[in-house]
Amino acid sequence: MNYKKYLVLFAVTCFGSTGDALLKRGMNDFGPVDLHHVWQVVAALGNPWVLAGILCLIAFFTAYLNALSWADLSYVLPATALGYVMVTLLGRYFLHENVSPMRWLGVLLISCGVGWVTRGPALTVPQSRKSPIARPEEQHEIA
Amino acid sequence: MKSLELWSAIALIVLASSGGDVLLSAAMKRIGDLSDLRLRNGLSAVIARVFSEKLFLLAICCFCIAFFSLLTALSWGDASLVAPASASMTFVVSAGMAKVFLKEDVDRRRWAAALLVCVGVALLK
Repeated sequence: MNYKKYLVLFAVTCFGSTGDALLKRGMNDFGPVDLHHVWQVVAALGNPWVLAGILCLIAFFTAYLNALSWADLSYVLPATALGYVMVTLLGRYFLHENVSPMRWLGVLLISCGVGWVTRGPALTVPQSRKSPIARPEEQHEIA
Repeated sequence: MKSLELWSAIALIVLASSGGDVLLSAAMKRIGDLSDLRLRNGLSAVIARVFSEKLFLLAICCFCIAFFSLLTALSWGDASLVAPASASMTFVVSAGMAKVFLKEDVDRRRWAAALLVCVGVALLK
């Protein structure tokens, strides 16, 4: 892993969480969506906060595509888990939401769990391509 | 808004996102490293190659469903609940799908991380 690849993972984290927070800001203006008129959610696309959120999510998606082209899906998702913490911070300080101590603990556990994964290899040999006599220590990192 | 409806919307986000993630990962593995491809053939070739991949287009359809479910869920609940809950459960479901459909080597480290994530999600409720 070189620094450019870490930068890609960082971009996935930042743009994803910021996009979610901006969408929520926009949906606050829009109000609750009625289950019987669920298509009215399309009208929310005209809200500037929602549009800004969509731009962030497009940047997130571009970085995400790049990451998936050189790493396992089961590596990329946890490796970008810092976004859970970021979106909670944005919810607390940007959207002024009430974040309970239990919710903070939940976010902390999620971050610990998914952060653990980043210590492993980014790309593994697919199980179907492994030699049946290969020893565990031979399953080295490719990327 | 009732909790059941909010969590149903979150479940739809998780299913659509996980399906999209698996399809997208399969598409990108077929295409290869985007940075290398861009260096060899240029940015326009990368864009053409990505958009000509059928699995990529299917993944986009899944993400569209997930996106509108997310907007609906965000109108019902807090972002600090909806975003982490849906994203983290997507991680667990996607890890399972990656093992089954993509044949990724989801080892004990990754499954242990998935368990921690599940406990974390339970605390988000």
